Amino acid sequence: MKQDIFQAISDPTRRAILTLIAIQALTPNALAEKFDMTRQAVSKHIKVLHECELIKPEQSGREIYYHFNAKKMQEFDHWLAQFRQNWETQFNQLDQLLTTIKEKTTK
Amino acid sequence: MNNDLLFDFNVDKTAKTVYITREFNAGQSLVWDAFTKAELLDQWGAPAPMRARTKYMNFEVGGRRFYAMISPDGQERWAVQEFTSITPKTNFKMYNTFADKDENRELPGSEWDYNFSEQNGRTTVRITIFNESFERMEKLLEGFKMGFIMTLKNLEDLLTTLSQKL
Repeated sequence: MKQDIFQAISDPTRRAILTLIAIQALTPNALAEKFDMTRQAVSKHIKVLHECELIKPEQSGREIYYHFNAKKMQEFDHWLAQFRQNWETQFNQLDQLLTTIKEKTTK
Repeated sequence: MNNDLLFDFNVDKTAKTVYITREFNAGQSLVWDAFTKAELLDQWGAPAPMRARTKYMNFEVGGRRFYAMISPDGQERWAVQEFTSITPKTNFKMYNTFADKDENRELPGSEWDYNFSEQNGRTTVRITIFNESFERMEKLLEGFKMGFIMTLKNLEDLLTTLSQKL
């Protein structure tokens, strides 16, 4: 099941987790301490962020550290830019259509 | 590209909302028609090389537009727009969902809100798309990509043919 990025970042706690991890890689325990939440609640948020690849786990000795995946965020932004491009193409087509209609009606 | 016409595209990722503003060099009535009449929509409503084809459209509250985006290789991606509110010439709202060719909808969809206003012979259209999930948008984009890849593939084939002739 591929997680929806919009869904992942629409939650304020997950955004806060991302912000912290973007500054430095953290373990689930370290995150739980910062949020005054149970380890279980933090794990759920981490799972969502991990599933949509916004964070990456890395084993370091007996601990797992989560790193921010900036590349995924860039991919997402790039993808949105393509979406914008599609709209631009359509609107330019509409400009041409409007011009054509206006020319016809003034003849 | 019309450089002097305003075009704004903003995404509030956290609110899952897309905001689009575009100015058109035409009066409000004509622009309204271009967004609400099937025969006009089909002439611009899909980014080339895709084409839009409306099977039917009842532009009234509770009515629907059932249409397809068609890629150059003939693949059809169907969608249903259900009109939830209409204030002639100034605003309409709709609920947009993907569907199969028999009009079975794939819920959930997204809520679209269109606003039209005119100033000095130019019409500004403001579109808000709410709750368009990333996966749904991705699906939409996949379709466009397919069309684009097809076009590139055709070009490639053409170039191969031409280079063999040399």
